[in-house]
Amino acid sequence: MASTTRTAHPREKRIIFKNIDRPGWTNDIGCYLGDGGYEDLKKALAMNPQDIVNEVKASGLRGRGGAGFPCGVKWGFIKPGGSKPVYLICNADESEPGTFKDRYIIHQDPHQLLEGMIISCFAVNARLAYIYIRGEFPLGAKILERALAEARERGFLGKNILGSGFDLEIYVFRGAGAYICGEETGLIESMEGKRPYPRIKPPYFPAVLGLYMSPTIVNNVETLCHVKHIVRMGGAEYSKVGTRVLCVSGDVQRQGYCEFEVGGITMGELIYDVCGGLKPGRTLKAVIPGGSSAKVLSAKDRYKIKKKQPDGSMAENEIGLEDVAIDFDTLAAVGSMAGSGGVIVMDDSRDMVWALNNINEFYAHESCGQCTPCREGSLWMKKITERMLHGGGVLQDSDTLKRVADNIAGRTICAFGEACAWPTQSFIAKFRDEFVATAKTEGNGNGSTNH
Amino acid sequence: MKMELPAELQHRMDGVIAQYPVSRRSATLPLLHLVQEHFGYIEDEAINWIAAKLELEPINVLELVTFYPMFRREPAGKHHIRVCRTLSCAMAGGYELLDTFCKHARISRQENGHGAHLLKSQDGKYSIEFVECLASCGFGPVCMINDDFYEAVSQEEVPQLLEKYQ
Repeated sequence: MASTTRTAHPREKRIIFKNIDRPGWTNDIGCYLGDGGYEDLKKALAMNPQDIVNEVKASGLRGRGGAGFPCGVKWGFIKPGGSKPVYLICNADESEPGTFKDRYIIHQDPHQLLEGMIISCFAVNARLAYIYIRGEFPLGAKILERALAEARERGFLGKNILGSGFDLEIYVFRGAGAYICGEETGLIESMEGKRPYPRIKPPYFPAVLGLYMSPTIVNNVETLCHVKHIVRMGGAEYSKVGTRVLCVSGDVQRQGYCEFEVGGITMGELIYDVCGGLKPGRTLKAVIPGGSSAKVLSAKDRYKIKKKQPDGSMAENEIGLEDVAIDFDTLAAVGSMAGSGGVIVMDDSRDMVWALNNINEFYAHESCGQCTPCREGSLWMKKITERMLHGGGVLQDSDTLKRVADNIAGRTICAFGEACAWPTQSFIAKFRDEFVATAKTEGNGNGSTNH
Repeated sequence: MKMELPAELQHRMDGVIAQYPVSRRSATLPLLHLVQEHFGYIEDEAINWIAAKLELEPINVLELVTFYPMFRREPAGKHHIRVCRTLSCAMAGGYELLDTFCKHARISRQENGHGAHLLKSQDGKYSIEFVECLASCGFGPVCMINDDFYEAVSQEEVPQLLEKYQ
């Protein structure tokens, strides 16, 4: 099997991935302690928990799971002194297509996650916490179990952690192959031993009515790792230099992970400088910038971006896909999202009907089935694109696809509705000609197939 | 009840249940994992046993078995292969990889898909299924054989890979 390690690009700044594929690095606690591990926990335990929440607020840290919600604001929903216990759950159900960062942290640097998690539990006063890891990471679950045992032995978990008076236990919970468990309220239902049907918000905001109807914080693996570094640097300093991990797959010379300051790199630099460009003779066609749920961007797009000038005035610039900075606000401004950091690159050899059909099959399989528009719509979108691929396209397919997608988004309990509608909406909007051509040239005109 | 669980496994189960002090029901999924690891699949008897153990109705357990893709109601092959089907792996040759595994493991692709029976070789040595994103998109196509994970698997490597699992 080909090499799957990556050396850092000179412009990279590795904080979270500092130890990934680092020569001589092992995932046991001895190695971690030898490198200054758990010192940030000691610092945190000497702080007032509310001050840690304030530092995280000041850092501007936004969730790395997909929604990008400000972490400090989420934590701030937990009211100190409540009568119910507070729970914290680490969402390690990494399953957004295109995303493969948490796997590395869990496998190679589990103690970074545990340290971030223990600090976070202290900040929100959670005494019992769980790591919800996807079922397809059996080795990852074993590594975490061992890391937890090591941390317990050293007094970083259990009663009266390092003499602080703070008690905490963390356990590993394994999922069983369902993408919907990455949705935080679905995850909570799953942990309660039920089918993971997401809960309606309001009233079931996890910070108010979460696990066992108690206040619960659910944070992504990478997000919790950042907390450790925020404690070390201070929120103000972190807000200037905070990074995010990007995962690049698809049609580039060198795929893999990398870590840059948020907004410190453009799409073109990522593809051409960091990933060695496209395959020989190929041109860029499309990029899905933040996991398969994020809306696809076309290389032909032009975007008008407002940017603050040195004198404080706002100026509007027109840019292409390659000049789009990879940060939350710019990707939102061009109509997509930074999502989970999973960047999927497609060159001119790719058939967009085929690509959308692959994505549609994923969502049709993963819809939990609770809400009718999503359960039925995701399946119909898949049936239509599959029929188109098999020569049964009809001219109105593009409009039908768009109509089905438009009738899902905004009409479901959870964001899966948007996640399954956005690919279809954006592929049709950006590549309508290709869908029409597929229907025309491959179709038999009457749409009669076995599908 | 004829289903017999070794004392060691029952002890592990009690340890797992203790991790959920607020609700025993939370241990349903962990217990299903332990049962499937031990028996290879989940029989009706196991569902009844878990329900009794956790003071639930059998339907509370069955509804999880039928929802979560990882649980099986029938035995897999001696070695179970999971090939990632999703976009990045498909772009890197995931579909071709599944075909190649089927060819060398002598598995006929008569039926497949969610809800269908597992694809198995006649000798029962191998079973195979497509799964959704295995979260290693940068190094596709990826697959799992039992609990072992393989990245950037070329079709040429398939025979030697199968050789390791006899």
